[in-house]
Amino acid sequence: MSTINKNAAQIRAAVVSNKRVGQYHQLIINIGELAAFCKPGNFVAINVGGENSRMVLRRAFAISRVSVSSTFGGTMELIVAPHGQGSKWLCAQDEGAVLDVVVPLGKAFGIPTEPVQVLLVGGGYGSAPLFGLAEVLNARGCRVDMLLGASTASKIYAPMEGKRAVNSLRIYTEDGTMGQNGRVTEPIRELISDLNIAVIYSCGPMAMLAAIDEITRGTDVVHQCAVEESMACGIGICMTCVLPVADDAGNIAMLRSCIDGPVMDGSHVQWDKVGKAL
Amino acid sequence: MSTIDLSTTLGNAWFPAPTFTASGCASSGRELAQFFNLRDMGGVVTKSVMMKARNGRPTPRMAETPSGMLNSIGLQGPGIDAFIAKDIPYLLEQKARIIVSIAGETVEEYSTLARKLRGVSGISAIEVNISCPNVENRGLVFACDPEASRRVIDGVRRTIGGELPIIAKLSPDVTDLVAIARGVVEAGADALALINTVLGMVINIDTMRPQLGGKTGGLSGPAIRPIAVRAVYQVHAAMPQVPILGMGGISSGRDALEMIAAGASGVSIGTASFGNPTAIMSIQNELKDLLIAKGFTSLRQAIGYAHRPEGE
Repeated sequence: MSTINKNAAQIRAAVVSNKRVGQYHQLIINIGELAAFCKPGNFVAINVGGENSRMVLRRAFAISRVSVSSTFGGTMELIVAPHGQGSKWLCAQDEGAVLDVVVPLGKAFGIPTEPVQVLLVGGGYGSAPLFGLAEVLNARGCRVDMLLGASTASKIYAPMEGKRAVNSLRIYTEDGTMGQNGRVTEPIRELISDLNIAVIYSCGPMAMLAAIDEITRGTDVVHQCAVEESMACGIGICMTCVLPVADDAGNIAMLRSCIDGPVMDGSHVQWDKVGKAL
Repeated sequence: MSTIDLSTTLGNAWFPAPTFTASGCASSGRELAQFFNLRDMGGVVTKSVMMKARNGRPTPRMAETPSGMLNSIGLQGPGIDAFIAKDIPYLLEQKARIIVSIAGETVEEYSTLARKLRGVSGISAIEVNISCPNVENRGLVFACDPEASRRVIDGVRRTIGGELPIIAKLSPDVTDLVAIARGVVEAGADALALINTVLGMVINIDTMRPQLGGKTGGLSGPAIRPIAVRAVYQVHAAMPQVPILGMGGISSGRDALEMIAAGASGVSIGTASFGNPTAIMSIQNELKDLLIAKGFTSLRQAIGYAHRPEGE
């Protein structure tokens, strides 16, 4: 257990840049040598609201990409949707602002040892960490195909440079304003057989993850998903971000999405029991 | 360079510093050990453990509130046997001082837990949590009933013998806290832990239903600090000889000093650790500097200092 966050540290980190991208903000933050320890799927916990804030809890954000050798030293990229008070505050931070961050946290995506066919599925800003993951998988020799979905075009996050590591990219919006009209989960069943997919990596709303699990259930396809539950601490001490997960013997326990996740084996998560008493 | 004696006692248990985790806010200890050495603080108060493994309440279990948060965990935990087998050896290996917190559904369960712990070496004290607000049946919050509180503490005292200090953790959600405190001290508690979280609720205005899966939750954080300071002050005034582990929203050395001046012999830090993994060490260092700056030569001199007679 203590091996999971073994590289985590609490540091003061400066904002290198903050740009608006559609409905999201792209923040680049200087985290120095800690960037070398960040893997796709890891997340960061950031203090929000400044010194005398009435917001007492950190906010967790997936790390979308890292650069270990940028002009600024090691940096990480976050794609943030300014929805709540905390994320709005973060999106309002200018270049040079210094943040209190704990990084890197959580369990990362597992990378196949063999160059297999993989499918990456992202919902909304959940697609952000998939581009960094695609680069790692590509370097491993995997063929990477990607599906992105959102309710509307402005909520699709798909940077130009991110597409380089991807063999194909299909976009779905529920209102048809970008790509194909429909849900991102619709073509998965067909793609699994057409492309001989061995692993699906997913990141997005819990309903999307559950829908993918239904498709992969009973097949040989491995489903690695990054789950989302509200967290108070991000480091495993508060026990709020739990969800029901079965072990290999079928015993179900409430595991912490911060420390036993956020990346979990989708077939182990008890999707129908999430939010219910065991 | 000035130095100061930060040591404190709770019953016959001695601690080199007055800073502790709050029960339920440090999981097994391993998670915080990534950020500082557990032996550098006063001690670890472990998450309240019950006889059997327990899954706790459904999610969402958390709602942030102004300067605080509601939680409704419901005592999720591994059960006493797994706790003794796995968590105690780890904490001892870290050279942490350990206060084991126990919780039961019946008076008998508390006694049985005490019996299990009687033979475990390396424990400094037992916290008897009779005030968790997140149990299925609020009627089981022993600390709201003076007679039930007494019976729990009496049962634990008889089982554990006279050696290990018993710290009774009480709820502020009562009409007469001093009466409850007096009852548990008479029944054999050596010290008191004040305060547990305050029962609260948040309604989600999108769903127009309670936000938490368990509907109600315990409010913690700076929002409840004045309630905690008041509780500690009142109980210390009534029973100045009884050591108090003070907690409720402490997030700085200044907050810790306030609690100590109100009458606490030590402080527990909970919610502050959620927002800042190194909060306990910062608070300890700030408290030390503040005590020195105010001319105290030991922590003990500052305990209950707010109660001194007029003119001193």
